[in-house]
Amino acid sequence: MAISEVTVRDAELLAIDEINAAGGVLGKKLEPVVEDGASDWPTFAEKATKLIAQDKVATVFGGWTSASRKAMLPVFEKRKALLWYPVQYEGLESSPYIFYTGATTNQQIVPGLDYLKEKGKKKLFLVGSDYVFPRTANKIIKAYAAANGMEVLGEEYTPLGHTEYSTLVNKITEAKPDAVFNTLNGDSNVAFFKQLKSAGVSAEQMPVMSVSVAEEEVKGIGVDNVAGQLVAWNYYQTTDTPANQKFVAAFKAKYGADKVTSDPMEAGYNAVYLWAEAAKKAGSTDVEAVKKAAGGVSLDRPEGKVTIDGDNQHVYKTARIGVVQPDGQIKEVWNSGEPIKPDPYLKTYSWAGGLV
Amino acid sequence: MTAVEAPAEAPPVVRREPRRWQGPAAFAAVALLALVVAPLLLEPFRLGLLAKYLCYAIVALGIGLAWGQGGMLTLGQGVFFGLGGYAMGMYLKLHDAGGDLPDFMVWSGVEKLPALWTPFGNPVFALAMAVVVPVVVALLLGALVFRQRVRGAYFAILTQALAAALVILLVGQQGLTGGTNGLTNFFDFFGQDLAADETQRGLYLTVAVVLGVLYLGARQLVRSRFGRLLLAVRDGEDRVRFLGYNPATVKTLTFAVSAGMAGIAGALFVPVVGIISPALLGVVPSLELVVGVAVGGRFALAGALLGAVVMGYARTYFSEELPAAWLYLQGALFVLVMTLAPRGIAGLAAGLVRRRREAGT
Amino acid sequence: MEGVLNQLPIGLSIGAVLLLIALGLTFTFGQMGVINMAHGEFIMAGAYTAYLLQGVGFLVALPAAFVVAGLMGLVLERTLIRRFYGRPLDTLLLTWGVSLMLQQLARDLFGAPNVQVVSPAWLRGGLGILPYNRLFIMALAVLSVLAIWAYMHKTGQGRRMRAVMQNRRLAATSGIDTGRVDQRTFFIGSGLAGVAGVALTLIGPVGPTLGTYYIVDAFLVVVAGGLGQLRGAVLAAIGLGLLNSYAEFWSDASLAKVIVFVAIIGFLQIRPQGLFFVRSRALT
Repeated sequence: MAISEVTVRDAELLAIDEINAAGGVLGKKLEPVVEDGASDWPTFAEKATKLIAQDKVATVFGGWTSASRKAMLPVFEKRKALLWYPVQYEGLESSPYIFYTGATTNQQIVPGLDYLKEKGKKKLFLVGSDYVFPRTANKIIKAYAAANGMEVLGEEYTPLGHTEYSTLVNKITEAKPDAVFNTLNGDSNVAFFKQLKSAGVSAEQMPVMSVSVAEEEVKGIGVDNVAGQLVAWNYYQTTDTPANQKFVAAFKAKYGADKVTSDPMEAGYNAVYLWAEAAKKAGSTDVEAVKKAAGGVSLDRPEGKVTIDGDNQHVYKTARIGVVQPDGQIKEVWNSGEPIKPDPYLKTYSWAGGLV
Repeated sequence: MTAVEAPAEAPPVVRREPRRWQGPAAFAAVALLALVVAPLLLEPFRLGLLAKYLCYAIVALGIGLAWGQGGMLTLGQGVFFGLGGYAMGMYLKLHDAGGDLPDFMVWSGVEKLPALWTPFGNPVFALAMAVVVPVVVALLLGALVFRQRVRGAYFAILTQALAAALVILLVGQQGLTGGTNGLTNFFDFFGQDLAADETQRGLYLTVAVVLGVLYLGARQLVRSRFGRLLLAVRDGEDRVRFLGYNPATVKTLTFAVSAGMAGIAGALFVPVVGIISPALLGVVPSLELVVGVAVGGRFALAGALLGAVVMGYARTYFSEELPAAWLYLQGALFVLVMTLAPRGIAGLAAGLVRRRREAGT
Repeated sequence: MEGVLNQLPIGLSIGAVLLLIALGLTFTFGQMGVINMAHGEFIMAGAYTAYLLQGVGFLVALPAAFVVAGLMGLVLERTLIRRFYGRPLDTLLLTWGVSLMLQQLARDLFGAPNVQVVSPAWLRGGLGILPYNRLFIMALAVLSVLAIWAYMHKTGQGRRMRAVMQNRRLAATSGIDTGRVDQRTFFIGSGLAGVAGVALTLIGPVGPTLGTYYIVDAFLVVVAGGLGQLRGAVLAAIGLGLLNSYAEFWSDASLAKVIVFVAIIGFLQIRPQGLFFVRSRALT
């Protein structure tokens, strides 16, 4: 299992342990079956089929990239099984057999843009890895910019796993934007931030707003290279709620004091609890019963209050903008005040009219 | 100075005539096993996996031809597999969309069906393209590369770079190709519901029959005059040239045949597995296919085929039972095979048979 | 306009990276016909050496990584590759197996996520468009080339190495212990990968899959430059670096990669053996 998926799995296993310790669900202990998608989309689909057809699991928690979810979607829809997907993603999807516990665009990207606008950043440069999430995100950003008097100076994509960013940094410094909106994925972030930093571009003069850099990634990038930069998520390890203190302590106790918690991990952790709650409410683990009972299920989680929206099976989440601190943690500098209703198709945003 | 491209411990070309009934008998036994026994014994999920391995076996057959018989190590076979797969995927997508835009184009912001896609609404055209496009690409590349006597390691590296380049190209053209996601979420296959077990069983049988037919065809090719010429090119390209043949033509044609097989495999793979994406045709999957061929035994077509199935099965098994050890096992298996049994399972088996025969007489 | 001019030093610095990652391969490939797919993992080993030696000092990591990667190469050569001379395609697959195992080993030893390697303070800042760390990489590439050149042309060992490279059999009949020469070449070639790995920590991610990001590019440089050709490798690396830099500047990163590939295929039409090659009457 590669890189970040591992930590999400660990968080999900922790939730299962905790639920079992508290008596399980409907009088039964949960038994996890772990399969590895190996960061390879078709493998995700194969393993999902195996879990459903052969292991006959009650529900599946998992998926990482958008591509892995798209590959699994037909499997779950055809076999009428349930997937809980824990990662922020590009929206424009609402499968009846998937629950989305990570942020959709109006809970992460739009608040990120609101924040930049509030800070008077008018000229943006968009940098992303070449795949679905960045391309869709950038479409939304461009529509937002057009409606809000902002200007997009450039839009660049690099292949996944790309590590040579000097040309791109040159293009950015030449364009002189007020801020960069970064949707790069994984290892490319490391190369990008290292090369941006060594080109002498500081977070004060040209902040980078990232939507795929969490506590885990900060370590790999090197705090030096990313300190002071902005990120948009729904949860940080520093988020101040009683549930989070418990979560962080339990996670460290189980996996080591040097481990950090991050947004996708928390969303995976929540997913297990939300499913358990819905199953209790339904009085059954039957897929259709759980789906029916899930709407309106509401829990106090590490990120605050989360509620399942029965219509689109996404979750109400509080948006939080953070700044990377020199110690590798992320400090919240802004939040949306209350959980935002998920709107995967941005139907309630007039400027997004032409997108879907 | 340059390392001589000696075929690695190739078996002697002189063939002992096997007893006449042995070959057909073995083929019939395997066919019976694949067409009757497997569908009865395996549950649908496992049968689907077997169908997938058999698709890989078709590619392996092509690699066996190009590499084992022709000495051309192609590390970019995923390219042709992918071209075939995308041709089929495009048809299925258009068919499911029924006149509308395919789903991924909608979220990629494409408003009108690209001209490239239009003809793929016709199943006959799409199926033809699944073979024609890979063959043409291979002919072009072969003509360019072999004419200049680029061979051996250079050829291997070039084909590998081709795979890398195609992946980047496919990913970059999201509106046209579905980007990293590739094409997925198919429902209907020529009037059959793709999710139904019946359809999957039918697909499995189709793949098995196609594989059998292609195997017989490839065997015939190897035994023909052309096949002997191919072996001669592998073992002594210059001598063949001095004899008045053009090795470039022989190699290019063989390469094109192997590409066509990979294209057919790709086209079958799509309905079986339900997805075609750049992840399936890049450098690593292409290498894994070659690994399978080497493990099975590259000098025997049946060995290549067997290797692909064995490797596919091993991959599934170990990733379910011992996920952490899979990379070690795959690596170690490979090192062991290359060191101890460069002719693979087929070579070992042949050695065993020979020894027994010699002991018997 | 300034941007266009900036791409020139950027192209050179990309070329320096390419040169560093490909230099070792030129020799293992050129002299012994070994396509070492594990070369990328030797680069990774160098990068992890820099990670482990962070407290000790960056400059110490360079020779240390040379030795670590060199020894790994030596072990690989002694135990496995030795049996495969004259079968380059087999070594390709063999070393790919080795590279898979090394990747998993790195994952088990250091964890799957990237690790943090802090650049030394004296490499922060820059001169014009080029940061100091890029200048450092360029200097390191130049130094490596000079050192290799001096080794090949000014030492007895280097002379023997060239002899084996030009005609293995003749060298052997002249009393040169080709086995020993092969060992040394492999040690040096792999060691250079380690040095490249240290340099790459300045600009890229340090994780188990690091090698896979560079291996294809490294081979393309070798193919374009010609086997075992120092000047070929230098020119090819610089040429590809510049091509990459300008192609990306005028299009985008994805297209640039495709352009570079097409250019190499086209180039091989004109010079099938790369920029430079040893003329010989031998039929290949």
